[in-house]
Amino acid sequence: MARNKEGLVLLIDVSPSMHSVLPEIQKVCSLLIQKKLVYSKYDEVGVAVFGTEDTKNDLTNEVGGYEHITVLQPIKVVDGDLVDVVQQLPRGTAPGDFMDAIVVGMDLLIKKFQETIKGKKRICLITNAMYPIKDPYEGTKEDQVSTLAEQMAVHGMKIDCIIYRGYQKRDPHEDNIIKENDMLLSIFSTKTKAKAVHVESSTSLLGALRTRNVSPVTIYRGDLEISSTFKIKVWVYKKTSEEKFPTLKKYSDKAPSTDKFATHEIKLDYEYKSVQDPSKVVPPEQRIKGYRYGPQVIPISSAELEAVKFRPEKSVKLLGFTNASNVMRHHYMKDVNIFIADPGNKKAIIAVSALARAMKEMNKVAILRCVWRQGQANVVIGVLTPNVSDNDNIADSFYFNVLPFAEDVREFQFPSFDNLPASLQPNAEQQEAADRLVMMLDLAPAGKEESLQPEFTPNPALERFYHHLELKSKHPDAAVPPLDESLKRITEPDSEVISKNKFVIDEFRRHFELKPNPKLKKSTRRLLRDKTSGSYENQSTDLIASTSEVKTETLGDLTPVSDFEAMISRRDSPEWVSKAIFAMKIKIFDLVENSYEGDNYPKALECLIALRKGCVIEQEPKQFNNFLSHIYRFCKEKDLSSFCEFLASKDVTLITKTEAEDSEIEERDARSLFVKADLNS
Amino acid sequence: MDPDDVFRDDEDDNENDPLQERQSSKELVVFLVDASPKMFNVTCTGEDQENASHFHVAVSCIAESLKVQIINRPYDEIAICFFNTREKKNLQDLNGVYVFNVAEREYLDSLTARFIKEFDHVEESFSKVIGSEYGIVSGSRDNSLYNALWVAQALLRKGSAKTNDKRILLLTNEDDPFGSIKGVTKLDMTRTTLQRAKDAQDLGITIELLPLSGPNEEFNVSLFYADLIGLDGDELAQFMPLAGERFEDMSKQLRKRMFKKRRVRRIIFMIAGGLSVELNTYALIRPTVPGKVTWLDSVTNLPLKGERSLICADTGAIVNEPIKRFQTYKNQDVTFTIEELSEIKRVSTGTLRLLGFKPLSCLKDYHNLKPPVFVCPSDEELMGSTCIFIALHRSMIRLKRFAVAFYGSSSRPQLVGLIAQEETIDSGGQIEPPGMHMIYLPYSDDIRPIEEVHADTSGVPLATDDQIQKAVALIKRVDLKDFSVCQFSNPAMQSHYALVQAMALDEDEMPEIVDETLPDKEGMARPGIAKALEEFKISVYGENYDEEDEKATLGKTSNAAKKRKQFTEEAINKSEYYDWGKLADDGKLKDLTVQELKYYLTANKLTVGGKKDALISRILTHMGK
Repeated sequence: MARNKEGLVLLIDVSPSMHSVLPEIQKVCSLLIQKKLVYSKYDEVGVAVFGTEDTKNDLTNEVGGYEHITVLQPIKVVDGDLVDVVQQLPRGTAPGDFMDAIVVGMDLLIKKFQETIKGKKRICLITNAMYPIKDPYEGTKEDQVSTLAEQMAVHGMKIDCIIYRGYQKRDPHEDNIIKENDMLLSIFSTKTKAKAVHVESSTSLLGALRTRNVSPVTIYRGDLEISSTFKIKVWVYKKTSEEKFPTLKKYSDKAPSTDKFATHEIKLDYEYKSVQDPSKVVPPEQRIKGYRYGPQVIPISSAELEAVKFRPEKSVKLLGFTNASNVMRHHYMKDVNIFIADPGNKKAIIAVSALARAMKEMNKVAILRCVWRQGQANVVIGVLTPNVSDNDNIADSFYFNVLPFAEDVREFQFPSFDNLPASLQPNAEQQEAADRLVMMLDLAPAGKEESLQPEFTPNPALERFYHHLELKSKHPDAAVPPLDESLKRITEPDSEVISKNKFVIDEFRRHFELKPNPKLKKSTRRLLRDKTSGSYENQSTDLIASTSEVKTETLGDLTPVSDFEAMISRRDSPEWVSKAIFAMKIKIFDLVENSYEGDNYPKALECLIALRKGCVIEQEPKQFNNFLSHIYRFCKEKDLSSFCEFLASKDVTLITKTEAEDSEIEERDARSLFVKADLNS
Repeated sequence: MDPDDVFRDDEDDNENDPLQERQSSKELVVFLVDASPKMFNVTCTGEDQENASHFHVAVSCIAESLKVQIINRPYDEIAICFFNTREKKNLQDLNGVYVFNVAEREYLDSLTARFIKEFDHVEESFSKVIGSEYGIVSGSRDNSLYNALWVAQALLRKGSAKTNDKRILLLTNEDDPFGSIKGVTKLDMTRTTLQRAKDAQDLGITIELLPLSGPNEEFNVSLFYADLIGLDGDELAQFMPLAGERFEDMSKQLRKRMFKKRRVRRIIFMIAGGLSVELNTYALIRPTVPGKVTWLDSVTNLPLKGERSLICADTGAIVNEPIKRFQTYKNQDVTFTIEELSEIKRVSTGTLRLLGFKPLSCLKDYHNLKPPVFVCPSDEELMGSTCIFIALHRSMIRLKRFAVAFYGSSSRPQLVGLIAQEETIDSGGQIEPPGMHMIYLPYSDDIRPIEEVHADTSGVPLATDDQIQKAVALIKRVDLKDFSVCQFSNPAMQSHYALVQAMALDEDEMPEIVDETLPDKEGMARPGIAKALEEFKISVYGENYDEEDEKATLGKTSNAAKKRKQFTEEAINKSEYYDWGKLADDGKLKDLTVQELKYYLTANKLTVGGKKDALISRILTHMGK
């Protein structure tokens, strides 16, 4: 397990010009450590910051110099303290010298690991490289960097540099410094394994640091058969692969709380029973697979299946080349693989390079038939597209995408847009407004960083999960944290872009008319219903519910209040109260969130009052009070404070002790929420 | 709330969508096949370039679609009805209508192996058993089309229209069924037939027309059928280009249209400034999987019911579905409720939200995770959606841009790219429907920097211009001109279907499955291609490619082999320290470590995998004890 352990030093620039993005850096670094805690517990990490007032590092004691560099945490196995360390980075006061910092980082790694874990030592530098580095005692800065880089190569160290460039204006002098620093940093990649990325926004800063270190594994090594007599040695890796939530285990609270060694795990046990006689368990060897063929189920033994099973030979064969336009982007079926030439085979590298460049030049793609492993029961047809490298150190390669088989394509017919009646067609002015919108709502403006580039976009749900995990490790009852500002720029349009293009958007809005379909009966509208009722759909399988008369199980759109009242007063199961309250909360959220210029507020208020009433009747004051505070905070964060004002004006208060025993709110505090708001504003 | 819901990944697939399933759980279909002599007389060029009658095309298309249907949607109920027949067979005892069926099966019933098998041979005995005859002739009051609709409607009386999808598929090449009748009788017949069709439609039955056009004679839908299937002006205009396919691809087209188009879900697309439109999503491309496995008792062949029980690992007690999940973190168990987890994933309100536009060049080939979803506009609830969508669609195509949006689905909220797809039509009809494809974009941690892993600081060799030119020549030679993505059927799936079919129909022999995915060996051996290949090979590898190849493999294996040999020798040496026979006799083997046991196994060239017990028993067997 520890074989793949990584030794990492985080070098973080905390000089004054970095202060604005330190919150994001703290987040991304703690995420990195959290993921290590979950996935690679044996990795070791050290943290050093530079640009601090003080100095604290070994080198300054040993040889002098290296001022303003503080080692916050010498290298150690990841633990909870490390998360705390990176979450409380000091704010520095001095300009930081990133080159000195790199030396300190290397020193940490060398002293800790010496010659061990070769290739697994990594330095991660986060800086804006705004300040000039000191001149060396002898030689040029370039020489100094080269020497450093060579040393790194000797020790098998990698370096990742994340260079943050905000949008601020710079004078020419600063520009020169930045140019020089960029040049210096680029020297690393010529001598050792190094990568430098430039980011401009705090959102992409969150995505720029790879927080999960997955050691790449080939899925295929062998021949790419151009023909039966001509084969090129290739390695195939995954290029994209969805990072999922960690597999959460089911929790059992059966173990007594005194049991310190309880695993709390739940084991799954499968049993197959005869339908006629449910008490009879059929052992696995007596089971046989059946496949449905019309009303019949055809038993097929595994021997029969094995005997006729399609079993192709392991191989990757070229079927031919074709015009790139013959394969549509939407035919790509799965995550993507990458084909590289066998790194030790020079001829193969050249062959791949020649093919890739020729394909790119001619705008062609290659179609392959792949069987990755011996014994694989199916073949894969896919398309190879060239990936021509513009870096001297990186070889050309191919991307590989899986294509569908004839069975996988459902050929539905859709009406042609051109044949639709004129009333559904945009006129010239409308088309012009649309053109402008498509042009102006631009995420990749010239001269600026492309926003929301997948390479630099973190997964907001995962970030939030780890954030919550950390909070919960300290306070088990911690609420789900709100999505933070930089992540919101992934899920919502950037307010800057919107406000800059307000005119274009308003133009667009003005040109088109939308109205509800008058022919449709209200009860058949299901668009909004879907969302809210979705979570309770499965209730219909509830035995009690289905045997009794039709009872309200979901909150509809039309009459959420009466639906709620019906649901909360159901007595066939004690769960209905909490279900009703939960559903109502979601409903209110949806109403507020989907509100445009407050059009849903009155309805949300109605619901909120109903919820309050329900909670008083059922003596669930906490449910309501927590929710009210929650939605209140939520609105503040989401720029929906107009709803808070609306609530204050309608005098919706917390449930007090006099109304419900369990409440912790005294009479005088019932309006506390809104009073605080007034103070703030 | 179902806890698994929160973790469910594939929510797009309509098969998994409970809403859709419930909305129309079953399809009831009646095929009405015109069997008039005209269907036998008019011929067209079939797929295999041989002339085939319209009747043959219709029947073989149905036969083929039944074979797919029985596997994919076994609960659907099907009836096949010929009209304009000599014989009659139907419950109403109406003239000119013959319902095809086999024993032990109702007229409208789910498909059985026997039904399919006999329908395969229906043409052979058709003239003898059923016979073809014009059912509408002047001077007679018989109206076979009317009768056929009546029979179909009566068959479809089964089941409620709410839970079932009821369809009549009408296959004919006669665009003017009452053309031979004159005067009042014609008017009368037209009126009653249309009324019959309308009655059926009022009962929730859709009537779909699958017209067959002759080579010189286009099927004119406006003569009669437009009224029958209820096409208005606009829809009529749409119907004709779809229906007026050229006859070469007729069978392909028929097959396409026999499956019902199913929407996955309706979603809201928030554009900007409070403007939202309504979209329908469809799953046009999804990997096909072999049908669900039902476990049977091998003794009785009766189905088994799987039961899952959850057992607390600490106490052994059976627990109900727990509401909490946990992650061990910093040596403690951090628990999450299902509500908390779904709240975490609710980073956005379930809608699709536009974030902006980018040039198409920003969308890289590796920006992909799973099959896309097709979206097209709907005016069902919000009128005007289509107009806005078309305007954006056209702008995006003209400006070569795609939209970036956030799709806040509850299972995996995701950044998506919307690519506008123009409609493409060829002689066979619509190839690509107009709309947008929603591509799921990866996040930064989903993308792996593989290229950099093998970066070589000393620089990597590059192909010379000459080598690239040789590659260009090769690519020009090995060109798949009309490649289309769906030209291959999945050989694994085909052989599975074939097996099930053969077992079901009690066929002794497995039908031969052709693996269409193998490269064209003969083609590659053609002199032109072979020459281009050879030239490219020599330009990169030089004259001694084969030797090089051997050397490379030799070098590699020798390296690995060396290691293995060394390891074995070591094991043999170590193995000699133990008195295996005595250890086995005294039952002391279990006191050794797995590592020690492996010395014996390695030294004796046995497999070393498995648990300790397995290793011990392997050793004992080897010693013959």
